Amino acid sequence: MLRTRICNIELRNPTMLAAGVMGSMASSLNRVYRAGAGAVVTKSFSLEPNEGYKNPTTVEVTGGIINAIGLSNPGVEAFKEELRGVDDDVPLIASVYGSSPEEFASVAASVEEYVDMIELNVSCPHAMAGCGASIGQDAGLTFRVVSAVKDAVDVPVSTKLTPNVTDIVEIAKSAEDAGSDALTLINSLGPGMKIDIKTAKPVLSNAFGGMSGPAIKPVAVRCVYDVYRSVEIPLIGAGGVRDFRDAVEFLFAGAVGVQVGTAIMYDGPEIFMRICRGLERFMIEEGFSSVDEMVGLAHEGV
Amino acid sequence: MVNVPEVLEIKGIVEESETVKTFIFDWDLTREIVPGQFVMVWNFSDEKPMSVSLIDHKRSEIGISIRRVGEFTSAVHELEEGDLMGVRGPYGRGFELMGRKLIIVGGGIGMAPLAALAEEAVARGMNVDAVVAARTSDELLFTERLEGAGVNIHTCTDDGTCGFQGFAHERLSEMDGEYDMAAVCGPEPMMFHVKEVLDDRGIPAQFSLERYMKCAVGICGQCCVDGTGWRVCAEGPVLWDHELRVVGEFGRYRRDSAGRRISW
Ligand SMILES: Cc1cc2nc3c(=O)[nH]c(=O)nc-3n(C[C@H](O)[C@H](O)[C@H](O)COP(=O)(O)OP(=O)(O)OC[C@H]3O[C@@H](n4cnc5c(N)ncnc54)[C@H](O)[C@@H]3O)c2cc1C
Ligand SMILES: Cc1cc2nc3c(=O)[nH]c(=O)nc-3n(C[C@H](O)[C@H](O)[C@H](O)COP(=O)(O)O)c2cc1C
Ligand code: FES
Repeated sequence: MLRTRICNIELRNPTMLAAGVMGSMASSLNRVYRAGAGAVVTKSFSLEPNEGYKNPTTVEVTGGIINAIGLSNPGVEAFKEELRGVDDDVPLIASVYGSSPEEFASVAASVEEYVDMIELNVSCPHAMAGCGASIGQDAGLTFRVVSAVKDAVDVPVSTKLTPNVTDIVEIAKSAEDAGSDALTLINSLGPGMKIDIKTAKPVLSNAFGGMSGPAIKPVAVRCVYDVYRSVEIPLIGAGGVRDFRDAVEFLFAGAVGVQVGTAIMYDGPEIFMRICRGLERFMIEEGFSSVDEMVGLAHEGV
Repeated sequence: MVNVPEVLEIKGIVEESETVKTFIFDWDLTREIVPGQFVMVWNFSDEKPMSVSLIDHKRSEIGISIRRVGEFTSAVHELEEGDLMGVRGPYGRGFELMGRKLIIVGGGIGMAPLAALAEEAVARGMNVDAVVAARTSDELLFTERLEGAGVNIHTCTDDGTCGFQGFAHERLSEMDGEYDMAAVCGPEPMMFHVKEVLDDRGIPAQFSLERYMKCAVGICGQCCVDGTGWRVCAEGPVLWDHELRVVGEFGRYRRDSAGRRISW
């Protein structure tokens, strides 16, 4: 009943592990799949190794956390080892980043043989200059990155967008025009900040970090709803999903699947099984026989 | 919200050895803390995991024992009573006590969580033997404190300055007591050898692992181990012997802050 397809990739259910959460190693990607996810997305990785920021890199705030891990990863060569270690039956999405269209294309091309899809991180709110959201906030740059990657690989490509823009629809369209096969909405919000009141010091070593978790869900649902009306390609929702009700909201807004990140802090990887069970029960009660029937329902009669 | 550093005043500092100091904080012990759990310690420029080495319910205090090895730990060693530190936690799964006779095996700063455990075991009426290992006798940790609590101490050092020259697993091999359980913490190669001895003797054992930590709340994935994908900050740091059997990297390698493998 939960089986679905995203860009021709068969999924046993519409949930996915979000990029950057328990996604740095084959072992943890396999574990999250065994715990019930329909697909897994890796931590974003790049051409060269990157140590990321100093700690503290995460801190809890009301309704979620803010994080500035700094896209730490061992570089594409070492990361291939991990991709090879992911079990064959696991639908695997590689999240890649770079500082130029060429770099994105070269990282994507060198791992495409191991994965079912590439997700482009043009949306990290605290990446180094020239990476992350500084690309995804510019429709022209987004277009160039997506085009370069599409020229370089044959697997489907999803572009992950930042909510931190005046008009997310404009960016979404430029990614679609450049050939993106899907969109992932949204990356973490902000950046936000947490200050310790006893010492007047910012807690994160980077001072700012991306906000994620239940508090950003309304923004994420609105982004999916907004973009759904303007593009033809499938949307993958992310932002604050913690139970099946949240997943249903994203589907009704127009997403074909949902990613789950921060909720793992509260509930562990077992959360995927719980969301799926709840979703299945909901579908039976409400008379839905497939996920597809639910996608975009909130737009009807509007 | 527990995942936010709480800024606390350093209430006391105990010099345990040339390289180890214990920092004591007031702590509300109505929230549960189990020996083997750790906290994240923030000195306003970096944040690192540290085991809780002292849990004093009467005075509502906790202690964190820090060995000077690099930039962060050296900076913390410069601090004085009254200075401020951020502490968040406690995190992870601590030790479980069972039976009546416990043996602890600690190497170097690995004695930190075991000191708190030994005191709790004694308080519960258990009989506790300890193998305390270090490079040299000046670095043997907590021996007086634990002797005072009623723990039977068996020391060993690499250079023989305390009498027994050799490694913890060699000292352990020469002791023939019956034990209901063992608790082990120290450098991973040491734990690997100690595990072989304990496995041979059929003594159920728990081991406290160290992996690079960023979030400590089970989300970043930095501390995950190969074989199972368990998060050392959440499913660990203490694992049972039968659990370690399926942790493929145990005794072989760990990862740095970028996720690159480093051999032990
Ligand atoms: C669960 C746990 C409990 C620990 N308990 C204690 C303790 O009670 N007392 C104590 O002295 N030390 C403890 N450590 C180790 C301590 O965190 C590191 O020794 C310390 O971070 C070194 O910092 P540094 O800047 O001085 O040295 P660096 O030169 O930065 O590092 C020295 C070594 O410490 C390790 N390390 C550095 N940063 C981290 C990190 N963020 N997470 C994990 N390891 C790191 C690395 O393996 C590195 O090779 C514990 C580690 C873990 C994971
Ligand atoms: C600790 C952490 C690390 C993250 N790292 C990445 C990353 O490497 N690449 C990326 O595209 N998004 C990253 N994200 C963003 C998530 O993939 C997701 O878009 C966001 O957290 C919203 O979903 P959530 O509320 O379910 O967490 C990270 C989020 C967190 C919490
Ligand atoms: S330190 Fe982040 S998951 Fe363990």
